[in-house]
Amino acid sequence: MGDTVHEASGPYFAPAGGRPGLLGWITTTNHKRIGILYLSLIGTFFTAAVVLGVLMRIQMQSPGMRLMDARTYNVMFTLHGIIQIFLVVIPGIPTIFGNFALPMLIGSNDMAFPRLNLFSWYLFLAGALLAAVAVFTNGGAPDTGWTFYVPFSLKTTVNVPLATFAVFVLGMSSILTGINIVTTVHQLRAPGMTFFRMPLSVWGLYSTAWVQILATPIIGITMLLIVVERLFGIGVFDPTKGGDPLLYQHLFWIYSHPAVYIMILPAMGIISDIFPVFSRKNIFGYKMIAFSSLAIASVGSLVWGHHMYVSGQSDTADIVFSLLTFLVAVPSAIKVFNWIATMYKGSIRLDPPFLFALTFVVLFSVGGLTGLLLGALSSDVQLHDTYFVVGHFHYIIFGGFGFGLFAALHYWFPKMTGRMYSKRAAILGWLVTFVGFNAFYFPFLIMGWEGMPRRYYAYLPKFASLQGFSSVGSYVMVAGLAVIFVNLLVSARRGEKAPANPWGGATLEWTLPSPPPLESWEKAPTVVKGPYDFSGIEEGR
Amino acid sequence: MSESETDAEEGAARRREPGYGTYFKVWAALACLTALTVTSASLNLGKIAILVVLAIAGTKAVLVLLYFMHLRYERRLLVKLLVPIVVATLAIFIGLTYTDILYR
Amino acid sequence: MSERESAYDPDRGRIGMWLFICTEILIFGGLFLLYSVYRYKHSADFHAAALNLSRLDGTLNTMVLITSSLTAALGVHELRSGRPGRSRLYIACTLLLACVFLVVKAFEWGAKFEHGLYPGASHLLSLPPGQILYFGLYFTMTGLHAIHVIVGMGVFGFCLRSISKGSTSASRPVLIENATLFWHLVDIIWIFLFPLFYLIS
Repeated sequence: MGDTVHEASGPYFAPAGGRPGLLGWITTTNHKRIGILYLSLIGTFFTAAVVLGVLMRIQMQSPGMRLMDARTYNVMFTLHGIIQIFLVVIPGIPTIFGNFALPMLIGSNDMAFPRLNLFSWYLFLAGALLAAVAVFTNGGAPDTGWTFYVPFSLKTTVNVPLATFAVFVLGMSSILTGINIVTTVHQLRAPGMTFFRMPLSVWGLYSTAWVQILATPIIGITMLLIVVERLFGIGVFDPTKGGDPLLYQHLFWIYSHPAVYIMILPAMGIISDIFPVFSRKNIFGYKMIAFSSLAIASVGSLVWGHHMYVSGQSDTADIVFSLLTFLVAVPSAIKVFNWIATMYKGSIRLDPPFLFALTFVVLFSVGGLTGLLLGALSSDVQLHDTYFVVGHFHYIIFGGFGFGLFAALHYWFPKMTGRMYSKRAAILGWLVTFVGFNAFYFPFLIMGWEGMPRRYYAYLPKFASLQGFSSVGSYVMVAGLAVIFVNLLVSARRGEKAPANPWGGATLEWTLPSPPPLESWEKAPTVVKGPYDFSGIEEGR
Repeated sequence: MSESETDAEEGAARRREPGYGTYFKVWAALACLTALTVTSASLNLGKIAILVVLAIAGTKAVLVLLYFMHLRYERRLLVKLLVPIVVATLAIFIGLTYTDILYR
Repeated sequence: MSERESAYDPDRGRIGMWLFICTEILIFGGLFLLYSVYRYKHSADFHAAALNLSRLDGTLNTMVLITSSLTAALGVHELRSGRPGRSRLYIACTLLLACVFLVVKAFEWGAKFEHGLYPGASHLLSLPPGQILYFGLYFTMTGLHAIHVIVGMGVFGFCLRSISKGSTSASRPVLIENATLFWHLVDIIWIFLFPLFYLIS
């Protein structure tokens, strides 16, 4: 293996020939650097969104709290949603780890379109800047919810056009990333890496990329139509001109439901890479997991109407979408069973990546089960637009994508930085975050069941103790997040040097030095075995 | 045709792309179909009018895809499958939306 | 980037371009979804509104775009056969035909503005909702299409330069192949827009 690897090149983040310093970074076309560029932006946006979330929890701490008025609260949850969804969770794993790790995982030196890759990052940055400008201009930040429902989004006097245009630009970035990933997987796999020898994280990114390509255009046109409607009054969503507000909801959710699969599929893929390594055993049911990723991507595009059960859509549509929604739970369940089965009779090592991966499975399962209650028509009538929904999607998105992201960060940190973090600090951060998370969000499920509506800045006294408890839980969780991130940030500079393969992984990135050079391989490696075949590989420390 | 032009036609056949003849025939077919669809519009076909018009437009689109865009000569399965995938996706989006529109 | 990696992969750019074309089809698809629902709900109004459009102009523009697709395809053919001069000639024809399309469109839109048939006009707002929606969709869809025509023209302009510099040639035709793929898509979209807006019987 050693003779096919660049020996004498420095790490990918060291100043290379060409432009020095910051300029060198923002004009790079190298996939590893672009991954870090995304990581730095997304980390910033996530922090901002968490701050907004904390402010919301302070407001909700007691029934009489008036940290902000109702309109400001509306702005808070709108911005929190826009940032988390469009700037953190949707781009998150495909742009950070799709870029950093995917080429290495398939034995390639870069993505199919390196310059397009950089352009995607510029579009991402542009979208973020446009959104920031929208907050401070022309009436200020939107207060419509991240969902921009009509007719309110057409009438409210805030800067909806710029905010929706920002979403459009971010959508373009996402589409280009998807195109890059699909082409890379089809064209740049190393010799011997058949589709069924690809790591499952690649299958996750690949399935996701198809959703990015096929679904994102719809949100693109929908956001454009909001702008056109506000500027020119064409009437397509305006009942006074014959327009149908429900068509807006259809168009919006036709993208935004598949979007949640963009959020979760890459995370699931990475979990599928992590389980075998830390069980030191081949994944159970490789092909089923691979196909389930494709199944989730396709069936997941058929269920959007479950966001609209009580919107006024027809009963027929309600029934059709409910049936399809139950179907899409099946491939996810298959994955959960296969992950657990992988552990059976394996040699388990509870290192931080695996702790996060295990919690992913637990929290995602809770979120998924609560989804069943929402997918069923009769219970959804009670639960729609309550805190139950908010609890459901935070379990799935934060418990799922979030913990999946933390798992990926802790798994690939040695590869990215060449250093190891403090495992004790990581475990402490994990524990505090996990406890805080559940103290924070489990009450949401209870309160929602008892009728607490979502997006309200105040509430009846009967919710006071649960709301208060939940807020405290959120502060604990944030403390846990702080431990996690301080650990990673400090260790990135001062951690112990890490070996090439600290975990004993069998996928190709672990054959490269930690950190890898700008160009991974002088000659493409030849792949002769599967991604979870540990024969001949030293166990992790 | 001059020698270089015959060579070009052979080169085209070897490279598996259309030659001048094919391109012009497709253009003529597109022109005829355009005339056909305009005529059909003045025929007052009632309910099937939209189907006729879409069928003709679909045929024209398929001709452009196959010959002008070279799908007839495409080797990669991935590329050949793309338009059917997109059409199926759109059909699903529109179809499922109609479960609402038709039955409200 | 090592030279080995940028060794010419003839499929890569084409696959990427086709994936991009898929996204464009879907963007217009969303608008076709809206059109389909509103026409279903207001078929009589759509028919009445369509009478305001000139079938002659529409048919002319349809033939202009179809012919421009032909010239664009021939432009690729000539470049791949090793005749860049003729290729540039055909591309110039395509650009000319595109201009004709835009000029006709400008006249059509001008006529609508004169008759008060544009979004926000008080005359339009006095008409039944189906007609308001028809014109709302008409301007949005033909407008978005026209933007794509202009972008396509820009790309072809860039192609002309690239061919004369030799960076696009018989051995590296990816740029012009992808440019014409985009142009044919623009043609296909119009192939659907034409009967849906002009030929409602």
